[in-house]
Amino acid sequence: MTEVPTLEVRNLRTHFFTRAGVVKAVDDVSFTVPRGKVLGLVGESGSGKSVTGFSVMGLVDPPGRIVSGQILFKGQDLTQLSDEEMRQLRGNRIAMIFQDPMMTLNPVLRVDTQMIETVLAHEKVPEEEARRRARDALGMVGIPSPDERLKSYPHQFSGGMRQRVAIAIALLHRPDLIVADEPTTALDVTIQGQILAEVQKLAATTGTSLIWITHDLSVVAGLADDIAVMYAGKIVEQGDVGEVLDSPLHPYTHGLIGSVPSRNRRGEPLRQIPGMTPSLLSLAPGCAFRARCPRAADDCGVMPELSEWRPARLARCHHPHLETAEQAA
Amino acid sequence: MSVYLLRRLIQAVGVVFAMSLIVFIGVFAIGDPVEILISPDADQIERERAIRALGLDLPLWQQYLVFLGKALQGDLGRSFVFNEPALQLILQRMPATLELAFAATIGAIIIGLPLGLYAGLRPDSAGSKVIMAGSILGFSLPTFWVGLMLIMVFAVQLGWLPSTGRGETVEVLGMRWSFLTWNGITHLIMPALNLALFKISLVIRLTRAGVRETMLMDYVKFARAKGLSPFRVTFVHVFKNILIPVVTVTGLEFGSTIAFSVVTESIFAWPGMGKLIIDSINVLDRPVIVAYLMIIVLMFITINLIVDLTYSLLDPRVRLEGK
Repeated sequence: MTEVPTLEVRNLRTHFFTRAGVVKAVDDVSFTVPRGKVLGLVGESGSGKSVTGFSVMGLVDPPGRIVSGQILFKGQDLTQLSDEEMRQLRGNRIAMIFQDPMMTLNPVLRVDTQMIETVLAHEKVPEEEARRRARDALGMVGIPSPDERLKSYPHQFSGGMRQRVAIAIALLHRPDLIVADEPTTALDVTIQGQILAEVQKLAATTGTSLIWITHDLSVVAGLADDIAVMYAGKIVEQGDVGEVLDSPLHPYTHGLIGSVPSRNRRGEPLRQIPGMTPSLLSLAPGCAFRARCPRAADDCGVMPELSEWRPARLARCHHPHLETAEQAA
Repeated sequence: MSVYLLRRLIQAVGVVFAMSLIVFIGVFAIGDPVEILISPDADQIERERAIRALGLDLPLWQQYLVFLGKALQGDLGRSFVFNEPALQLILQRMPATLELAFAATIGAIIIGLPLGLYAGLRPDSAGSKVIMAGSILGFSLPTFWVGLMLIMVFAVQLGWLPSTGRGETVEVLGMRWSFLTWNGITHLIMPALNLALFKISLVIRLTRAGVRETMLMDYVKFARAKGLSPFRVTFVHVFKNILIPVVTVTGLEFGSTIAFSVVTESIFAWPGMGKLIIDSINVLDRPVIVAYLMIIVLMFITINLIVDLTYSLLDPRVRLEGK
């Protein structure tokens, strides 16, 4: 019998019921994150990657709702849990790190308050013990003189330091899974590098699985084991991170990689994907990328299935870039 | 901190000085008290003696300097009517007004905060729609009309509550207070509610707006992601943030509650400062009017300072400059 993966998402659909209509933010998304592995969830703004993360956390707020699908966390379906059961998992077995470190800590509460309450929310330990754990967690993410820093307010920290505090909070209970929603996007590049290295080390030593949500392919390239590319609420390509980045099958992934500045194409204008992300309110039937796709044909009016074009390489396309895949192979 | 306080103090002195000038000239412009105070039968010599005795024979700027000189020694003049020091006259009535204003403010917070919190957390429920509609009434109904209605329903028809005066009082620290006797409390309920009505609506709307805004913040979502109970998220993470605007506004409103308790005091015959000032304006009792306005100015300055200090306690980002 194979090991039960940390997280297995099956046919997840999270829709938002707004006055203007139903927004299918996440529409039939499936993926698996094995123990100790990092999944990079990549896409543009509005592709549904953050909503996927919030769905896993059980933090989708009305008018949004998980309509169907299963979220199996170590075999247990999170969509079937009561609010209280879900609360006990949140911050304990499944933690989350948010995008903007300037906004994630409550400005009127001291850091020690915000850390100790997290410990006490899941474990009945004396306050002194909780404080000691908070201090150790701060030390672990590289915050100097954690004892003093515990007594500070969030505004007394820099952005990078605040994100370290947020990561420390996520690590307090040594969770099995961390959902990281663009945690380094708001930081400058040197800090970003430090934090990535830190997180990678922590994941390796504690066996924590990660879902790393980002739009930055270079971050994914250095960090993730697997990658899932999302477009308009659906996964359009999925596979091993090295293979996908070397030989993308889907024209959208191809375009994304092409729009990253590269040393090999110096002097050439940056290649952009023409057009913009479609509104999820007025999606035409068929492939959502059709209007922007250089390879689109008449049959793209029918939504393609996510099919296995190469071993363990999935793409949702009628006309994938098989030729580059062959070159690479 | 002490530098900050010192700077605020110097500003306060400037404001008080400027206000004294404006008030003094303003009251002078209202009318001549001589016509009201001195009997029409008095002859010319008596008139002039009286005018000199009141210090009204001097030119305005000299009157002002005399007033200023005495004010610096704590003497704001003697009432023309009562022939008592104006300050003493007002201070005697101050506890009644303060009691009323405090009762109204505390009532507004006790009633307004929970209702606002509920309306903010369940914006689509029927209950919160009723609350919000009620708050519009609280804003727009005139105080005097609501006061009369309260008297009509609770005093005249139901006979539950008395409609005038302070009732039995107990003397503590040399001042008389109603809220320490049951009889006094029954006298306090209606005027306090009447005065609080506007503020209840204000607190409800402020709290609701604050809750709805704060609930969308990332730090609330993060608090939930940490697995905190909904109770702790609401009453620690959200509540502490909405307290900032609520404290500011109710604090600042406290000054106007005192200054404009005039209407409520008149309707319920509450023997406070507001009633005194109305009587004094009727007979142009200049020293009392001036003294009253000066006290109100001082009160506003003090309240503003207290609000700023409280603010810095609630919001760590506003730690006051200067060490």
